[in-house]
Amino acid sequence: MTKSYEELPLTPISTEPSTINLTGLWRVIRPVVDKEKCKKCKICWKFCPDAAIKLVDGEPVIDLRYCKGCGICAFECPQKCIIMVREDEA
Amino acid sequence: MRTVMTGNYASAYGAKLAKVEVIAAYPITPQTSIVEKLAEFVSTGELRAKFIPVESEHSAMAACIAAETAGARTYTATSSHGLTLMHEVLMWASGARLPIVMTNVSRAMAPPWSVWVDHMDSIAQRDTGWLQFFCESNQEILDTIIMAYKVCESSGVMLPAMVIEDAFILSHTSEPVSVPDQELVNSFLPAYAPEYKIEVGKPMGFGSLVKPDQYMEFRYKAMLGMKEARDRFLSVEQEFKHIFGREYGGLLEHYRCDDAEVVLACAGSVASTAKDVVDSLRARGIRVGLARIRAFRPFPHQEFRALGAKVDGIAVLDRSYTFGAAGAMFTEVKASAYSGQNRPIIKNYIAGLGGRDITPKIIEKVFEDIQLVTKRREEPDVEWVDVAGLPRRWR
Ligand code: SF4
Ligand code: SF4
Repeated sequence: MTKSYEELPLTPISTEPSTINLTGLWRVIRPVVDKEKCKKCKICWKFCPDAAIKLVDGEPVIDLRYCKGCGICAFECPQKCIIMVREDEA
Repeated sequence: MRTVMTGNYASAYGAKLAKVEVIAAYPITPQTSIVEKLAEFVSTGELRAKFIPVESEHSAMAACIAAETAGARTYTATSSHGLTLMHEVLMWASGARLPIVMTNVSRAMAPPWSVWVDHMDSIAQRDTGWLQFFCESNQEILDTIIMAYKVCESSGVMLPAMVIEDAFILSHTSEPVSVPDQELVNSFLPAYAPEYKIEVGKPMGFGSLVKPDQYMEFRYKAMLGMKEARDRFLSVEQEFKHIFGREYGGLLEHYRCDDAEVVLACAGSVASTAKDVVDSLRARGIRVGLARIRAFRPFPHQEFRALGAKVDGIAVLDRSYTFGAAGAMFTEVKASAYSGQNRPIIKNYIAGLGGRDITPKIIEKVFEDIQLVTKRREEPDVEWVDVAGLPRRWR
């Protein structure tokens, strides 16, 4: 329902941070980390534009609620231990 | 305290007296000595503020936006290419309704490369939703910064303001300036207390996405804020006068306009020269006056409408040019003055670009010319003043 300008604050204010947007719904391919080959260098973690990689004991863990499947982590990983897999084949 | 200082120091003292809490700035000629002075105030502890050196003007404004969103009174200063680099975030500051105050030392845009005065940089920001105040003297710079915070932080306004000083002519020229007592300024300007601000542990998004069904309502509210700024500015100036004993004539200063046949409209430091010319022409019995545009935003529409009803001719001197149209001030003066019944002859003079001197002789000739075209009732073209190669002699 459109609100009258009088009911609105001066600028739109949201009380929820943008974590409310589950961007993982956009994904068609997902990153899969080969833990054997991973050197825990954190490069993928640094590059993920959605901060969707968490470090658990230094190891990258993908938060699939937010990962959009852009593939940047796979591209940047010097060990080439992240592969992108089609969602319907995952 | 009455002392001698440059326009840039007047800006710095204005910000200090307004007790700004966050300053984020990047140096640029001829603004640098403003933020150098403020950095000194902060380092000696004379001003309790956070000084954030940043890597660009875009970042300077972004930092001010963040600090202001967190409820701090913020200040920055820039010039020319620095201001135009800020353009995107200037829009953000006004849309997010953040009453940031900034000094712009108005300087020509390159190329040709120039560090000298003209108003192109400021005029290019006219649609950003900022209030814009052009100053004539160093005292006016200091006073306007203090007034600007009060106007902008009013709950009905909540918009940012740009206080504009002419490059070198004001920024680097020393004049006597009265620096008011801090206690007096405190009594005039209360601490900034916004209705909403970002707080630790209470996440909020400001300026969030809205769908087409709600966007216009927010723009409408910003328009109301700018409308309110007009009345608020007039009342704040009266309050300022009551406490400090100085005033500058509202949005449009009228100088000897009462029975004038023709008037010159202009903004900035050139008004001082023009006042001298008006005096000398008046002494010879020639009925001329000066209308000094102090506020370009909000524009003094009502004032020009009233002036247009009284005079036969208006010469509008623009220190910038909008390609494909005319001087921006001319366009607005004409639109305002022609909303009444009387239609004075209004002619646009483009002068003083890139720091070219606008001498008393030139202003005298502008008055002669506007009298002539007024008498002939000509529909005049835009006239470029003092351009080598053009037939007309101005010097
Ligand atoms: S695919 Fe993109 S979004 Fe997903 S974890 Fe890798 S870098 Fe982040
Ligand atoms: S970039 Fe590759 S090697 Fe480095 S932590 Fe990420 S997955 Fe492991």
